[in-house]
Amino acid sequence: MRHIFKGLMTATALASMVATAAHADEPKKGGTLVTVLGSNVRNLNSAVQSGIVTGFPGAQLFASPLRYDENWEPQPYLAETWETSEDGLTVTLNLVKNAKFHDGTPLTSEDVAFSVEVIKANHPFKSMFAPVESVETPDAHTAVLKLSKPHPALMLAMSGQLMSIIPKHIYGDGEITDVKAHPRNNENVVGSGPFKLVEFKNGEHVILERFDDFFIDGRPYLDKIVMRIITDPAARAIAYENGELHMGAFESLPRIINRLKGVDSLTVTPDGYGAIGPLDWLAMNTTKGPLADVRVRKAIAYAVDKNFIHKALMQGTAADSTTGIHPDSPFYAAQDGYDLDLEKSAALLDEAGYPVKDGSRMSLTIDFGWPGVKPQVEYVKAALKKVNIDVEVVSSADFPTWAKKMGTGDFDMSWDTVFNWGDPVIGVHRTYDSSNIQKGVWSNTQGYSNARVDELMAMAAVETDDAKRKELYAEFQAIIADELPVYHTNTLPYHTVYNTEKVGNPPIGIWGTSTPIDMTYLK
Amino acid sequence: MNFLQTLIVRVAYAIILLLAVLVLNFSMMHLAPGDVADTIAQANGGADAEVLAAIRAEYGLDQPFLVQLGRYIGNVLQGNLGYSFYYREPVTELILQRIPATLLLVFSAQILALLIGVLLGVISAQKPNGLTSHFVTFIALFGYSAPVFWTGILLLIGFSLQFQWFPVAGMRDVTIEGGFWVKSWDVLVHLILPMITLASVFLALYSRLTRATMLEQLRTDYVRTAYAKGMPHGTVVYQHALKNALSPVITLAGLQFSAVISGAVLVEAVFSWPGLGTLAFTSILARDTPTILGILFFSALVVIIGNLLTDLAQKLVDPRIGGKG
Repeated sequence: MRHIFKGLMTATALASMVATAAHADEPKKGGTLVTVLGSNVRNLNSAVQSGIVTGFPGAQLFASPLRYDENWEPQPYLAETWETSEDGLTVTLNLVKNAKFHDGTPLTSEDVAFSVEVIKANHPFKSMFAPVESVETPDAHTAVLKLSKPHPALMLAMSGQLMSIIPKHIYGDGEITDVKAHPRNNENVVGSGPFKLVEFKNGEHVILERFDDFFIDGRPYLDKIVMRIITDPAARAIAYENGELHMGAFESLPRIINRLKGVDSLTVTPDGYGAIGPLDWLAMNTTKGPLADVRVRKAIAYAVDKNFIHKALMQGTAADSTTGIHPDSPFYAAQDGYDLDLEKSAALLDEAGYPVKDGSRMSLTIDFGWPGVKPQVEYVKAALKKVNIDVEVVSSADFPTWAKKMGTGDFDMSWDTVFNWGDPVIGVHRTYDSSNIQKGVWSNTQGYSNARVDELMAMAAVETDDAKRKELYAEFQAIIADELPVYHTNTLPYHTVYNTEKVGNPPIGIWGTSTPIDMTYLK
Repeated sequence: MNFLQTLIVRVAYAIILLLAVLVLNFSMMHLAPGDVADTIAQANGGADAEVLAAIRAEYGLDQPFLVQLGRYIGNVLQGNLGYSFYYREPVTELILQRIPATLLLVFSAQILALLIGVLLGVISAQKPNGLTSHFVTFIALFGYSAPVFWTGILLLIGFSLQFQWFPVAGMRDVTIEGGFWVKSWDVLVHLILPMITLASVFLALYSRLTRATMLEQLRTDYVRTAYAKGMPHGTVVYQHALKNALSPVITLAGLQFSAVISGAVLVEAVFSWPGLGTLAFTSILARDTPTILGILFFSALVVIIGNLLTDLAQKLVDPRIGGKG
């Protein structure tokens, strides 16, 4: 079977996207969108810095080969069309001819080749471009990626959040070998995206303005984007409410989400985070103590009432999640949950050889790394008390302290939040792959090892047929849900907030705001 | 001891103190488990051991403790506070950029707290058991007891959300175009809520202290004498009694200076005020050791200088204090 992904003409893509997102409103040109970032930005260059805070300005400043619509379908962006060879080892990108960087230099395949090199060397997601061996540049507008093995995750990896095309003539200037520390990452940033940098004051704001020579005609619609940096969630909420902010994303406090839902002028939606895929879970160290026994892990799952977590702690703002893959992903295969059953839990614990002695079966610890999840860990403590498991809550002074403990396997249980980052290859495998055990935080910190799981992931990483990949991941998810290296409880309730009367076509595709917002307009 | 000698001795003490602060801070930061490499990994959604090791090597975090300490102190002595891992900028530059915003906030809040606090104190001292006095005491106590972030959010809900008089966050509105006066007005509008929030804490201290010292002064013989001579009430209170009552208030104001800076951390966080407090807050969360150490060093410097200036101010108000110097 030959896999040819033929890109649609840009105009058609635009028409279909606008038609689904906005009903009667015609996009209008002009205006300044005032939006917000919830924390400081380390770096504006998304080729060397991942994360959702860099993703927003990064995707405006830099263009990527592809973009994705809300149905997880790749759309042309810098690449007009693209083609994968029959054996899956060659991916050819046909670049648009009129793409220019903000300094007027034309964008060529040389820049694509250079960007892949930089990303491979600097980006934290090694699995993303690891199979890419070289990039050939037969002409200025053709880039041919040569792979060591088929790599279906490459498609998603070529969208905005993950593959910024950066200018070779600036970052490859020979004086600075380390692109991560390049001064042009934060000032006088030059990309080929819809907006160019006007001013970046860390702790205050990022200001972008329309790039008139953007390669898609007539876009972007906005003249200017002001990204204010407001770190306090309560202050942000008030700013949405009084109209100071037109739009914002990644709001995750249930109390605030529910309050803002009650405001007439605002739309508050959880749509648009499928590719980012943030999941909350109870991690269990499978390498030592009682938790090495899968029956104990199951007993814990039966004793924790997800219903309570959803209704009381998340106040109805989060979706259920039962596997390592986000429910909005096409690869998600829902599993039967562990409904609250204290008798079953107790029976499993008896069976595993932990009878009640002096009122207690065992003592465990539960860690947490940031204050926001304290209610969750306190709840786990209370819930497990009911099956006579004593839990001690361990709070770390700050994130690095917690990260250290996770990275060295110095924990029994921990509350954790981890992102999928688009394709399972990029953000899911790392948690379960036995070759990725104990190498710092957000690796396989649970020390989980299952040969079949490793095999399934290895097959899914090179399977080019989507239907077959789905099957492989379905089996993978069933095993994970059965063996419980982590107990999946809920999605992180990220929400996008926008002023319904002012913002047209807000970014609620699969990448949230980590996507070019050249189609967003002010009414 | 003459003034110059006192000064030299005190400066010498200050330098020794600062060195001790440096060593202590550095050691304490070093003792904490985990480091900035983990935070960098966090910002990136996780990284493998190879990347972590590379980050550690890049910033010299893999060196022995004493080597790191020695290097750090050497750098500080040369006026170099190091390089921020998190912001990717020299720490000195980061701090210098943020100082104006914090000084503006801290000074305006201090002045507001002093003016209103002293005024309320004087008013309530004149009728210590009257309704006004009780009201003032209540307000002062309330401001002092309420956590600043709570006061801040309360003011935001009232004045930014309900009345929409003041903006929610930041120090200026970048969408506003205009000359110097337009921009200054904009900063002032942004300043008012954080200033009131920060002042509310110290207002209580100043009003209560003023009230107490005023009551004391009003009972003294020289006040009685002044009245007996037929001096008007206002002159007695504001020119004679108040002048004497102010001395301890100024001492307190000076001593509070460091507290104002630490109080500013929370106020700045709530209002996204782009000052040192916000910088400290984010650096601590990110374990950006050089920046945290830089801010601590700078704060120690401010406290020491603040104390020196307080002594001088005291002497100006009441030359009897430390008469020998």
